Amino acid sequence: MIKEIREPLIFEISAAGKRASELPQLDVPAKKDLLAGVPLRREIDDFPEVSETEITRHFTRLSTKNYCVDMGIYPLGSCTMKYNPKINERLAAHPAFAASHPLASADLVQGSLEVLKKLEGCLCEIAGMDAFTLQPAAGAHGELTGMMLIRRALEARGDARKYVLIPDSAHGTNPSSAHICGYTVKEIKSNEKGTIDLASLEQEMTEEVAALMVTNPNTLGVFESDICRIAEIVHAKGGFVYMDGANLNALTGVVRPGDMGIDVMHINLHKTFSTPHGGGGPGSGPVGVKKELVPFLPVPVIVEKGGRYTLDFDRPGSIGRVRAYFGNFGVIVRALCYILTLGPKGVREIAEFAVLNANYIRKSLEGEFYLKYPTASMHECVFSDKFQKEFGVTNLDISKRLIDFGMHPPTMSFPLIVHGALMIEPTETESRRDLDMFIDAMKAIAKEAKENPEILHAAPHVTYVSRLDEVAAAKFPVLRWEKKA
Amino acid sequence: MSYLSLSAKDKVEMLARVGAASVDDLFCCIPEAVRFKRPLDLPAAQSELELVRTIDTVGAKNAYGHHLSFLGGGAYDHFIPTVVDYLSSRGEFVSPYTPYQPEVSQGTLQLIFEFQTLICQLTGLDIANDSLYDGSTGAAEAVLMAHRVTSRDKVIVARSLHPQYREVVRTYIKNLGIEAVEVGFGPDGRIDAAELKRVLDDKTAAVVCQSPNFFGVVEDIRALSDAAHGVKALSVAVVAEALSLALFEAPGKLGADIVTGEGQSFGLPVSFGGPYLGFMACKKEFLRQMPGRITGQTVDKEGRRGFVLTLSTREQHIRRERATSNICSNQALCALRATIFMETLGKQGLREMAWQNAQKAAYAADKLAAIQGVKRKFTGPLFNEFVIELRKPWPAVDAALRAKGIVGGYGLEPEYPGIGSSAVVCVTELRTKDEIDRLARTLQEVLS
Repeated sequence: MIKEIREPLIFEISAAGKRASELPQLDVPAKKDLLAGVPLRREIDDFPEVSETEITRHFTRLSTKNYCVDMGIYPLGSCTMKYNPKINERLAAHPAFAASHPLASADLVQGSLEVLKKLEGCLCEIAGMDAFTLQPAAGAHGELTGMMLIRRALEARGDARKYVLIPDSAHGTNPSSAHICGYTVKEIKSNEKGTIDLASLEQEMTEEVAALMVTNPNTLGVFESDICRIAEIVHAKGGFVYMDGANLNALTGVVRPGDMGIDVMHINLHKTFSTPHGGGGPGSGPVGVKKELVPFLPVPVIVEKGGRYTLDFDRPGSIGRVRAYFGNFGVIVRALCYILTLGPKGVREIAEFAVLNANYIRKSLEGEFYLKYPTASMHECVFSDKFQKEFGVTNLDISKRLIDFGMHPPTMSFPLIVHGALMIEPTETESRRDLDMFIDAMKAIAKEAKENPEILHAAPHVTYVSRLDEVAAAKFPVLRWEKKA
Repeated sequence: MSYLSLSAKDKVEMLARVGAASVDDLFCCIPEAVRFKRPLDLPAAQSELELVRTIDTVGAKNAYGHHLSFLGGGAYDHFIPTVVDYLSSRGEFVSPYTPYQPEVSQGTLQLIFEFQTLICQLTGLDIANDSLYDGSTGAAEAVLMAHRVTSRDKVIVARSLHPQYREVVRTYIKNLGIEAVEVGFGPDGRIDAAELKRVLDDKTAAVVCQSPNFFGVVEDIRALSDAAHGVKALSVAVVAEALSLALFEAPGKLGADIVTGEGQSFGLPVSFGGPYLGFMACKKEFLRQMPGRITGQTVDKEGRRGFVLTLSTREQHIRRERATSNICSNQALCALRATIFMETLGKQGLREMAWQNAQKAAYAADKLAAIQGVKRKFTGPLFNEFVIELRKPWPAVDAALRAKGIVGGYGLEPEYPGIGSSAVVCVTELRTKDEIDRLARTLQEVLS
């Protein structure tokens, strides 16, 4: 593409009287005094006026300024940027579903309800849980729902308790979700292997602790091998184990959270089940529970009897609704299509190939980049910039330079326990060629760091814009376009 | 079938490089005792052609599509110009992650900046975020935000707020020691001003009111805001039908401090309730308490304009448990569709669409109210929904209408006990005069 394309804001190309869409003439008699006395707006000040050609050019040009999975490897650790199958897009937009109304009576939307129930069933089997709710709209929303379920179950026993334990390697949503559920967070230190330190856990796990939130594999890509012992410690004090399923991609068909002592978990359909990230959303964060927590699930619960689906609202123990209607239905259709396409063997292959690809990258880059934790990697590996720091090069420089090689950078912002992290998750859908291109680029960058660090500091060199002044953006916020006075 | 890209040879060579004898070796860190030993009990893998047939078969069980429908209630059937589907399905928009690397995400960042601007223009407020999950969680986030801004623990919620939104608000605040007091409605369908006055006090964090409300009645935002401000509480306006913003005076200009709502009407199909598009705008003094992502304008090293995610110290990935919200994702792809929709309809088109909704709903309301045994339940001003009260019980009328291929509305009695036999009817620009007349004719037959 042409690097120098400048695309103005739509407001800057707007001109009075232009339009890109017309409606048919009003076919009912117009009432003159309609809405008399109600404050109406004369017009929407400065709202855009452009032609359809201009709309199409505008968004097509903007689209060329994005990197995306369709273009190449997107190795963001913990984000599971895998290929998004195209047929799933088409089927999610199926007229029978796209037109189905969430307030229609259940007998008119049996097909939509069947989709929901089918996915619930598949997720129960894959995760080893007893029931799922599909209402949460994203992973963090699922975490909040899960913590509410735990709180309600503890209240039913007589005491909601005060604390939630979270390992220091956890994603930021975990402490935030626990907090919004009314709990105080206590951090659990990781040991030298990068996993939960059992002695610290035993010390912190008291009868005032409601739950442990654990990510497994954790954000280092390391499997918590002591998970069964961890669950025993928590259960012995009457607490629950919550699993953040962000990294489920490493486990499908190999081990099930429900079989290793997990009581509640969420799944990110936009990660493990390939629904597109869309530049930030929509996601979907179904929550799975074991039997004890089933009575507390959000309403309504979908009930199947002899192939007919009904909605059960009569659930006095329920935490209530966490979202209007049934969750992000379109995302749910895509995830179901993905599972139906893969089948039992294909779902297991997700984990097998995700782990193989990650270990291939790890092995190929060991020695070039510092690996703080030598523990075996699952679906992702976390290097750091320690070797490159000697030459004044940071993980940010390495990441920006990768863009010049035509690839998206890895995750840098966490885990917080690895300073200067480069968290790499290739996913199972990458080809050998794309993996090798990434490895070669990383090696070339490691060499440049020694020989020509300047080129890294100035990177990226090939993009529409160079590094942006983020400090100024926060200090002097300009958050909307305004007409020049 | 699967979406893997490695050949058998690749697999062998890669295992050799890794130093593993087999794929199972890669999972040696998982204790033998917990490993899953049997094949997953899932349906057999399907080819694309089989999958299409499966989904067609399941879809065919949705009888809803064969009906002429007048359902609204927070999910609205509007015209969607073809460019919305066409442009929003580009892989460059569908398949990237959150724009954390701005140099390779200027497309998404610029369109979100445009989205924020459009939402500010429509709501009449200073700033808007990148989107929230939907209208219901937007209402809940607004309540939590008002609680943070005012340090008060009581919110007043209109009973005419969408019943499912109210439930979500209750679910969110239950564990945080915030109390919700509901205020009923008068014969005009608007919030009961006398009752509101009785419960408003200096412990009140916010007055939360939907306009047009669940009955389709347009509230007096100015009066509500004045009442809220009288006790130094915030005025929160919830907008479940975003199209109404194109016709009525912007809530921000009438005193609302926070406007939040559902943007589904802007280019998103009803799609059984999701994915939708929560939006939120507020006065700039509350910027630091706003939940969700925000995009800002800045410059690069050469001084060229560019856009970045900004003010992230409010967010969970920096602030952890002290964040303004636990939200991490947004609804970027839905915001894209809404942005294309709003810019395509444009200044004239959006207002014209809103105007047609109001005219058609008024026509339908008059037409139905002229039928013996039917009357308008509320006297307040309408947008594109209204409540009819019936002589016969709604479930029986509803069933009779459905037998004639019409979904006439949404019965209110289950969620508003005591309201009598009534239903909320929605008429958008997609309903033709003939269709409205058919509803009236059929209803008359059913009632006679």
